Amino acid sequence: MAESRVAAPADSGRRRGLTAYVLMAPAVIVLGLFFVIPFYSLVAASLYDPGGSDKAGWDVTYHFANYWEAIKLYKGQLLRSLLYGGAATLICLVLGYVLAYAIAFKSGRWKSLLLVLVIVPFFTSFLVRTLSWQLILADDGWVVDALQFVHILGQDDKLLATDFAVIMGLAYNFLPFMVLPLFASIDKIDPRLIEASSDLYSNPITGFFKVTWPLSLPGVVSGTLLTFIPATGDYINAELLGNTETTVIGKVIQLQATNANHPHIAAALSMILMFLIVAMVLVYVRRVGTEELL
Amino acid sequence: MSSPAEAGSSYDGLRIRALNKSFASFHAVKELDLDVPRGSFFALLGPSGCGKTTTLRMVAGLEAPTSGTITLAGQDITDKKPYQRPVNTVFQNYALFPHLDIFENVAFGLRRRKVSGVEAKVKDMLELVELEAQARKKPAQLSGGQQQRVALARALINEPEVLLLDEPLGALDLKLRRAMQIEIKRIQTEVGLTFIHVTHDQEEAMTMADTVAVMNAGVIEQMGTPSELYENPASTFVANFLGQSNLIEGTVQSSGSDVVTVDMHGIGVTIPAHRAHTDGGKGWIGIRPEKVLIGAAGAELDAPGNTIPGGVVSDVSFFGVSTQYLVKMPWGQELMVFAQNTGRDPIFRTGESVELSWRPEYAFLLDHAQDVKAGAEEAS
Repeated sequence: MAESRVAAPADSGRRRGLTAYVLMAPAVIVLGLFFVIPFYSLVAASLYDPGGSDKAGWDVTYHFANYWEAIKLYKGQLLRSLLYGGAATLICLVLGYVLAYAIAFKSGRWKSLLLVLVIVPFFTSFLVRTLSWQLILADDGWVVDALQFVHILGQDDKLLATDFAVIMGLAYNFLPFMVLPLFASIDKIDPRLIEASSDLYSNPITGFFKVTWPLSLPGVVSGTLLTFIPATGDYINAELLGNTETTVIGKVIQLQATNANHPHIAAALSMILMFLIVAMVLVYVRRVGTEELL
Repeated sequence: MSSPAEAGSSYDGLRIRALNKSFASFHAVKELDLDVPRGSFFALLGPSGCGKTTTLRMVAGLEAPTSGTITLAGQDITDKKPYQRPVNTVFQNYALFPHLDIFENVAFGLRRRKVSGVEAKVKDMLELVELEAQARKKPAQLSGGQQQRVALARALINEPEVLLLDEPLGALDLKLRRAMQIEIKRIQTEVGLTFIHVTHDQEEAMTMADTVAVMNAGVIEQMGTPSELYENPASTFVANFLGQSNLIEGTVQSSGSDVVTVDMHGIGVTIPAHRAHTDGGKGWIGIRPEKVLIGAAGAELDAPGNTIPGGVVSDVSFFGVSTQYLVKMPWGQELMVFAQNTGRDPIFRTGESVELSWRPEYAFLLDHAQDVKAGAEEAS
């Protein structure tokens, strides 16, 4: 009895180490097969000899000029994607923050129901939801008619097939990705801290910026990342709600990889987009300094 | 500035008049009147749910009264927002800002009011609570006692007209609580501000406060210095909640200007008139267990009071400094007796016959209409 009790700590320590590896194994295997290997082939494709073809085959010739070629041809679409993604993220942040704050602090017993309602749009396909926006924003639809009637829109103005429609579509589609992490962060804030700030001479506005906002930053960071990254890569909204002038980088990549049969350009563009996003995220996280937060 | 109609305009402390607070179906505070003199250490003592925290929150402005007025240093603050009141609170769970370090937590109020010389003031305050070395740490890195001192410093630094302490020591262990009681008392003496301390711990209230108001079911039962309350409780609730009391049924026989004579199960006992809190024919005779003397049956007890014979020891608990007896009286009631272990008297055993006695000036008489057990369960 006594012996086994003495031996227990060391033994359970070793057991715990082994358990950790066993628990990690499935994820490591899945990521290895479905992330590392495809990523490797993406890097390889971006360095193909541009003279190749499906028939003749593609050779990895470390042709870094693919990158310059891709940037030269499609920098407009790259920039447009980042702008659309950024604008949609900003709109989501403002709308999502107000919504998450209201659900966390003001909804009382309706809290769970409201959270479910935030997720409800996910029950329908992304594509169907975006297509129905086409109907809503259509030139002869009731939204445009109403806005023309109150003279917010002129008789020749329209909503569908504009930058505005693309950005609103993105904001609509990715809003739940913003709301959920924001809610998780705001809901954790102890309301007594807000009382304390009020007791210490903060009016509601100062109290918000000195206490609520900084404490919700982890949610702000994860929410903006979860919105910005997929919104920047998305091309369904630009395709369905935009026009020929709203082509985004995702669409270019798709066309280059399939119809145009330029896998090296598609791969190089994917790599560039990824580098840009990673760089921006690093700067962003560093600036906000979330590691300082709890 | 102050209108002539203002009730508290000449009073420089905190004055509460006819304060009421009702929640949906619960009347938390009823017609409360209270004067807290400037510079005093005042305790609001009562069991949980008695309305003491609600009262405190109304003074802080965190809860709006249903009716009534609160004036502070002559100014009506009843409808002022919390951030407009010269009042600061030490919250029950401290409510320190987790994203700010200790220095910035303490500086918070000064920065919001745009006071100059923040650095020096915060340094002085951290010195007062002995936390200079922790200035750049986050609250989560501090122990419970240290966090408690930060909360105190964060409120004190604003030099409020009234500092409110909402069960500030509730989360600390017993030993630390005792140390902090002395610490807070020292700081109050040093800064000379008005402190209002809300607690359910009667010992805490008695050791720290100049004046204690005992609250029960939304009203103040009795107010006075700790010794006044303990020695001469005016209700069964106060008698049971503050320490322990033996309450024995009796019938008033005569009420003179000096003494009241009461028939206690056939024995006549006298009680000073100022300690009799009943007009009726019946009453509860109260005596604190440590005021009761115990002796062997037939022995001479060193007390000028009446001797009550016929007791039988039914339980003995030896505490070291004292012994607690339960003595079964002829009328069936068990009385509690604390005897100092001076070594002069032997320690009685269960089943021994004893006599009890007490000096008449220590007894008190309470209204028979009150529940004899009121407050006994709430006090722990």
